[in-house]
This record gives sequence, C-alpha cells and structure tokens, in this order.
Amino acid sequence: MRNNTIWLIVILLLVGVALYIALPINHPTWLESAMPGSAEAPRDLSQLKLGLDLRGGTQVLLQAELPEGQVLDAGAMDTAKLIVENRVNGLGVAEANVQAQGEDRIMVELPGVDNPDQAVETIRSTGQLEFVEPAGAQLAGGMIINTTNHPNAVADAQAAIDAGTLEPAAIPYPDQVFQTVMTGDVLRNALPTQGQFGQWEIGFELTGDGSDQFFNYTRDHVGQPMAIVLDGRVLSAPTIQAAIRDQGVINGQFTRDEADSLAIQMRYGALPVPLSVVDINTIGASLGQASVDASLRAGIIGLVAVLLFMLLLYRLPGFVADLALVAYVIFNLAIYKIIPVTLTLPGIAGFLLSIGMAVDANILIIERMKEEVRIGRSIRLAVEAGFSRAWPAIRDGNLTTLISCAVLFWFGNTFGASIVKGFAFTLAIGVLLSMFTAMVVSRVLMRSIVATQGEKALSSRILSGF
Amino acid sequence: MYQIVEKRGLWFTVSIILTIPGIIFMIYMLATTGSPLPLSIDFTGGTLWEMRFDQPVTPGEVRQTFAQAGYQDTVAYSVGGDATDIQVKLKNLDTPAKEALVQQVEANLGTFEELSYRSIGPAIGSEVSRAALLAIALASVFIILYVAWAFRQVSHPFRFGACAVSALVHDVFVVISFVAIMYFVAGWEINALFLTAVLTVIGYSVNDTIVVFDRIRENSKRHRSESLTTISNRSILETAQRSIATVVTTLLPLIAILILGGPTLRQFMATLIIGLISGGYSSIFNATALLVSWEERSFFPRKQQTNGMSDSSAAMA
Repeated sequence: MRNNTIWLIVILLLVGVALYIALPINHPTWLESAMPGSAEAPRDLSQLKLGLDLRGGTQVLLQAELPEGQVLDAGAMDTAKLIVENRVNGLGVAEANVQAQGEDRIMVELPGVDNPDQAVETIRSTGQLEFVEPAGAQLAGGMIINTTNHPNAVADAQAAIDAGTLEPAAIPYPDQVFQTVMTGDVLRNALPTQGQFGQWEIGFELTGDGSDQFFNYTRDHVGQPMAIVLDGRVLSAPTIQAAIRDQGVINGQFTRDEADSLAIQMRYGALPVPLSVVDINTIGASLGQASVDASLRAGIIGLVAVLLFMLLLYRLPGFVADLALVAYVIFNLAIYKIIPVTLTLPGIAGFLLSIGMAVDANILIIERMKEEVRIGRSIRLAVEAGFSRAWPAIRDGNLTTLISCAVLFWFGNTFGASIVKGFAFTLAIGVLLSMFTAMVVSRVLMRSIVATQGEKALSSRILSGF
Repeated sequence: MYQIVEKRGLWFTVSIILTIPGIIFMIYMLATTGSPLPLSIDFTGGTLWEMRFDQPVTPGEVRQTFAQAGYQDTVAYSVGGDATDIQVKLKNLDTPAKEALVQQVEANLGTFEELSYRSIGPAIGSEVSRAALLAIALASVFIILYVAWAFRQVSHPFRFGACAVSALVHDVFVVISFVAIMYFVAGWEINALFLTAVLTVIGYSVNDTIVVFDRIRENSKRHRSESLTTISNRSILETAQRSIATVVTTLLPLIAILILGGPTLRQFMATLIIGLISGGYSSIFNATALLVSWEERSFFPRKQQTNGMSDSSAAMA
C-alpha cells in the first residue's frame, strides 16, 4: 500500500500543476517561455486560445492556380506561404495565422479584421513575377502587356482603367502575347546595392534550379533585352550583357528609391503561383461571443448533470469517478494550454463527448466491481478485478474511437475543414486522457479508500450502491 | 433470464422500420435532385450569408434585392426568431461580386452587420464530397480490421468485425432517416459537421458493440458448454446497466448543448444524439443478435426454438 500512497501523491501533484496552468491567472515568465512554441513568440498562458468561430474573424483557403501544362514544385508553395505571411504581417492583424494545407493550398486566419474582403484581396492580389522575352518590341517600365501566363492582362487593366480603379498606363501592344521565359521563383533574393561608381543597382541571387535556367537563357540572348514583368506590368527591361549564373545585377539610372522599390517587388511583390480563394468563412464578433457564452454555460450544466448522475447511481464509487472526472477536466484544460489547442465550437463538442467516454470507462469498472462483489469476492479483490476485467473493453473501445479521430483529422487537415480537425483533435486528447484518469487516477483513489476505513464504507450497501 | 437474442426477429423488424425511411429518402433525392442526400455548400460549393439588418426586413425583400442584382436562385430565410436576422444562400461569389451585392443590398434595405459569411468554390466542394465518402469507408475498414484482430482468439473473429460494422451501418441509416425527416420539417442539409457526427456515431457504436462482444469473448472462455445464444443473452444482460448508464451520461452534456448551446451546433447535436441512441440500441439488439443469427443461420427464429437448438430448415436467411 506504500506504493499506492506514492502514486496518490504523484497524482495530487499532477492535478495541482495542471490546475495552476489551467487557471485564468498570470503565469510567471519562466513557465510561459518553457512552453512548446514559445521560441517564436511569447506565450500567454492566462487564457485558452479561441478559434475564429468563437472570437470572430475570417478564414480563407487559398489554392494555387496554375496555367495549363505547368507543374507545381514544392518550393513554390513554401515561397508563396512566406510571401502571404509577409503580406498578412503588413496588414497589422494581431495573432493572424498562415498555414500550408495539403499540397497546393494555404490557409489564412485573420481574427477580427474590419474589412475581411479587402484584406483577402491584398493578400492574394499581386500576381506573378515573370521574365519575358520582348521579341524585338521596345518594352519599358510601366507598360502593360499580355504574357503567356497572363494572357488577359491588358484587357483586365483596360477594364480597371475604364472603371477608374487604375491609373492610366501605356498599352503599346494590346494584341500581342509575349513569351514568359521564367517566373519569379527562380529568384532567391533581390536587394538594392551600389555599384563601383556609387550608382544604385539591384543585385539578385538565383536559386539552384533557377540558376541553370537563367544561365541557359541569358547565354543565348546576350545583347538582347529581357523584360521583368509583375502582374502584366513591366517593371524594367534591362539588356542582357553577359550570361548570368547564380547572381547578377540590374543596372540603369536608378535612384535609391527606385532600386529599393524594384528589389522589393522582385522579392515579395510576386507570388510564384497565382492564388485563388476557394473557401472563405467570416464569423462576426457578436455571433462568436454569443457562442462562447452559450457553450460555456451548456458545458458547465452538462458536466454538473453528469457528476450528479454518477453520484446518485453509484454513491461512493460514483464519487470516486466524479473526482477522477474533475481531474480529467483539469488535465484537459491544462493540455489545451500547453500544446496549445485552438478551441473551436466543434472542439468544445468533442471535449464534451469525451467526457461521456471518460465516464463510460468508470462505469465499466464500477459495474465490474459490483458483479465481483455479487459473486462473493471481498471488496479489496473486487476492486482489483473490476479494473483488470474492464480494461480490454475500455482499450478496444477507445482505440476504435482513436481510429475514427485519425481519419477525421486527416480529412480536416487535407481540406482545410478546421472545424472537423478541431473536433477530432480534442476528442482524441480526451480519449487518451480518459484512459489515464480511469485506469490510474480512479484506481489509486479506490485503493486508498479500500486501504483506509473505506472497506467498511464500501460494504455498506447504501453508500456503495452495490 | 429475459431472452433478448431469441426475440431478434422483433428487433430486426424495428431496425428495418427505422432505416427504411432513410433508404426511400435517398432514392427519392437521387431521382429528384441527382444527389442521394441534400448536400450543403460544404459539398456543392456556394455562399451562405447571415446578415443582421438595422431595420426589420422580410426574407422576401432580401430575395428580391438579390434577384435584381442578377442572382435569381437566391434563397433567403429568417433565423434566430429575429425580424432583423436573415440568412441567404446563393451560388459561389468572388470579392468584387460580393462588394457589388453589399452596395445593392444597403441601397435597398439599409445597412447591415455581417454575422457570418461563407463562400466555397464548386471544385473544392466536390473534392470534399469524395473525401468524405473515402473517410467513412476508411474508418469502417480500419474498424473491421481492428475488431477482427482484437477478437482473434474467438472462433470466427471476422464475424465479430462484420457484425459490429453492420450495426454501425444501421446507425448511419437511422441518422439519415432522421435527417430525411428534418429535411422536410426544417430544411436541414448535410454539412461537414454532419460528417463529423456520422464518424463519431460510428466510433461510439463500435465502442458500445465491443463492450458486449468483449463480454461474449470472456463468457465463451468461462462457459464452454453453453450455446452462443445463451452466452450472448447472458453477456447482454450483464452489460445492460452499463450500456444504459453510459448512454445517459454521454447524452447529458450533448442535450445541454442542444438546448443551451445556440443555433450553430443544434443540428450537429441532434444528429449526434439520435446516432448515439441508435448506437446503444444496435450494439445490443442488432450486432449481438446478428452474431447469433450468423452462427445459427436463423434471423427470425420461431418461439419454440428458445432452447438454443438451431434448426436450419426454419431459417429465413
């Protein structure tokens, strides 16, 4: 029984630590910085992280849209994600979130923006940076042209100019479609630099793959111009002076600001692939707050109902199960903060469902104990047999639930259905924790009661409910 | 001893009555709309827009405004019992189209607050539908495999897996029957949360079935001389109180959310509740009964056969 006392102390300590983390108080900095993921940004442990459906906000699923015949390479999506992140940061939205989703999608979460539609357009608006073969035409900065990747750039721009949303621009070749040679993803970096006479230039570096492509093209076209085009608009049309590998410079009569601006546009101005909105979901803040209040109230009432039901049905063992259940809830909340889990409405539903399953494990155990007592076992043996006999059913039942959770999580992750993902995640955490609280916490508590004077208490039929 | 397994003819009949509306509904929907279930925009693509107007408006006025703007197929209805809250359903919109609509609506009906807005492209919708079917199929296969493995020491472990899965298929059809009724009563549609509910019901139903099967597994070892009918009956009765207590404790929080949790989760919770009740029923009255039927090759036994003898000439299978 000394062993059991040690276990009891360990469990009490665990519950104490979990309760401390779960409480909505200010936690010391050393604890917050010890949490996973706190290396990037300091973690606030005082509150649970709420999803957009609870706090209000916009969730957008962007998908890469490739022109026919073009293949998406893995690096392109990483770059696109980085650029989207930069733009989202530029919006100044607190706690925005950008995540890759599947192979060709990016999920952006913008909590509490005033004009979500405009924000989304800013994020995905700028098109592709392209290197274009002028084919003898005299291209210059500011012109709008059609390219292979943007065959309707001129028509779109003309419509925008007519509608008054775009400044008039030179459109010298409205019917011609220029050949796209490479896209912006060959660029690793572009920076304003100063040449040996102090003139401003743009220095650029090429990626490993891009380097060969760039070299082959520039080698064959020395002495000819090459246009750098963003969104159908020519940024610059420098003449190729030599074959370029790894890195090169663009020089011309640039002011410092012009060089800066051109470098930024080359660096971040263009996504390697066009992104389109395939799913947008906006929840107003008032609806979110109403949901938080309603689900909190429902959760507390549901929990109290379960606690009362167990107490009335099973008396003393029911009370032990209730203690284990309270520990279960505390552990859950602490884990939500530690990981951290972003709580959504379906996530809360998953948690509440897992309460049912946590209680189920206790019910299985108590029913087993009652059977063992009925066939004449001593209380002490009945308690032990109750746990060991109930275990196969608990294990098999919970594992099948975990299988469903895994499938749901995969489904939610691939399709950006974060509501499904949230449900599966909290249910899975709940199922795992419930096995621990039922098999360890309940058992240690029951043993402690049996070891002290509980044997007498448990034997009395009224108190035990057996 | 109360003989549950012997009365299986009655339980099977009840189950058939409960599942048939769902099957008829799916055939009816397939014939009239081309899709077996009333799919929401999660699967078909489209826009769902909830607005709170500053002044009371009728759904008719909103619909008319949308029709004027060129969206003839718009459906609008009041939500939350408030004369100012309107939900609109129409095809997928892009940002410029949405901005134009906002201007038109505000010009006609005054300003409004956007409570929620969801717009999904048709391509991703059909992709989600395919993945949803795949998810359910995958989950079922994994569950059969796991149950067959967990019961590998009993004779015919595959039967245990197959019976558990047929019980969960039953539960899915009961849920579909429920949604079919609610489709006609309240215009419910199948959304991504419905899929979540179905997969939860599947997991729960198997969980319940396993508790009874686990007891059969244990009792088979202890009472080798008894017939499967007797063992199954004994196992059901021994686990009955647990089954009822578990269904009640699982349902308590769900009912609390159904009543107090606000409209967002109401359909999800109602679907879950029906599914969980069905899951509790089917694990006792279908899965176990089916297991015995398989062993005795008799689905609708006559009254006289309650001594546990099998008579294959009387079988209806």
